[in-house]
Amino acid sequence: MDFSWLSDPFYQKALWTGFVNTLWLVAVSAVCGFALAVSFAMIRLRGPRPLAMLVTGLTTVVRGTPLLVQLFFFYDGVGRLLPEIPGLQESVIWPLLRDPFFYGALTFTLSVGAYTGEVLRGALLSVPEGELAAGRAFGLNPWQILYRLWLPRAIQMCLPTLTGELILLLKSVPLVSTIAMMDLLKAANMVRDETFLVYEPLLLIAGIYLALTLVLTSVMRLIEHRFPGARPVAPKRRRLLPG
Amino acid sequence: MPSDHSDGLLEWLGPILQGALVTLEIALLAYAIGLGLGLLGATARLSPWRPLRGLGTAYSTLVRAIPELLLIILLYYAGSQALNALFAEFGGDTHIEISGFVTAVGVLAFVQGAYMTEVFRGAIQAIPKGQLEAADAYGFSRPTRFYRIVLPGMLPNALPGMSNLWLILVKDTALISVIGFEELFFTAQQAAASTRDYALFYALAGALYLVMTLGSNALFARAERHVRRGQPST
Repeated sequence: MDFSWLSDPFYQKALWTGFVNTLWLVAVSAVCGFALAVSFAMIRLRGPRPLAMLVTGLTTVVRGTPLLVQLFFFYDGVGRLLPEIPGLQESVIWPLLRDPFFYGALTFTLSVGAYTGEVLRGALLSVPEGELAAGRAFGLNPWQILYRLWLPRAIQMCLPTLTGELILLLKSVPLVSTIAMMDLLKAANMVRDETFLVYEPLLLIAGIYLALTLVLTSVMRLIEHRFPGARPVAPKRRRLLPG
Repeated sequence: MPSDHSDGLLEWLGPILQGALVTLEIALLAYAIGLGLGLLGATARLSPWRPLRGLGTAYSTLVRAIPELLLIILLYYAGSQALNALFAEFGGDTHIEISGFVTAVGVLAFVQGAYMTEVFRGAIQAIPKGQLEAADAYGFSRPTRFYRIVLPGMLPNALPGMSNLWLILVKDTALISVIGFEELFFTAQQAAASTRDYALFYALAGALYLVMTLGSNALFARAERHVRRGQPST
């Protein structure tokens, strides 16, 4: 094992950039994806029928195809068709559309929206009808009922599953190395190509991912225990990772 | 600009369908081996012997905490090097290239086995202890007890997880394209690059994966009805 390359500032910088990009991508996709998931779940439960069917179809396609294929479809497929749209290249959003980060975030957001949307839909359905009726009796408007009652109760029910989805998101990040985005895997590949060391860089980032997974699960577990209305004792045997 | 869309599509449809077949073969083989590894892993994790339990836990925890793509690349290098070292030990200096197919199946099965370990462990633990004790009281041998009691008892609990893992596996086969093995997605990438019809061929690949996942969903639903026969419907 030869880790002497770690003292090279060039590789340090690449690894650091990859690390920061990884965290950014997870954060952006988790936040946007969760917002999308709430909309998907609500559309499927209460939305107009054609829209609900559209969301159902989209969810099926996203969950039934590999994430890597989706990533290439957006980056290589749609991304290459964009310059043909007149005026787009002169517009202000063009630099964004050239950035692989954008396509990574777009694909992951859609994926989180589809998977988590399903989880949320189930959780929203299992909130007792009486609690929502109580909200109406107190004169809350539908918006307040969603924000104050329905959604918090549903999240409380499916929080362990959401933790699992978050870990899955983290573990999908190395895929973006295939669309030329500098993430941890891309940095490791760079080290490998230049120093001919195969295992050291890969094992290093495997260790980083292991640490990130453990940190993320512990943080989420803290949130699960702090969440208002969390049961005082752990309800059932908890797994370290989603099964 | 592509000159004629339908020309490229016709020309590449054969190779892409061929690739889809290879993908299915890889997935089926890796799934079968993964099932075996999962049973071994679950047995290890539930073993009364502490070192074996530790080994099972380490396998399933480590593999599940590291991204699949990273594992596939790592195992691809490590696997070919280890095999070559092994052959050098026994067969002199013959350098062998292990085929991409074997690597693909081996790597996916190894990852699959770790997830399967957890599914089986949960399902086995859900079998009422009294049933196992009854089998012991009747003097069942270990293999008979496994075959007659444990297996039919755990399958209804394990099948939803197994079906999930199969879907994940089918989708994970696309990752094999990264190490340059010609399966469905790799062929689609070649088609896209040569015709410059990127969106078309990626959409086609996606559609074929969708057919596979939706098709297997239907099969698993039937299997679940079969193993749940005689149980009260929930």
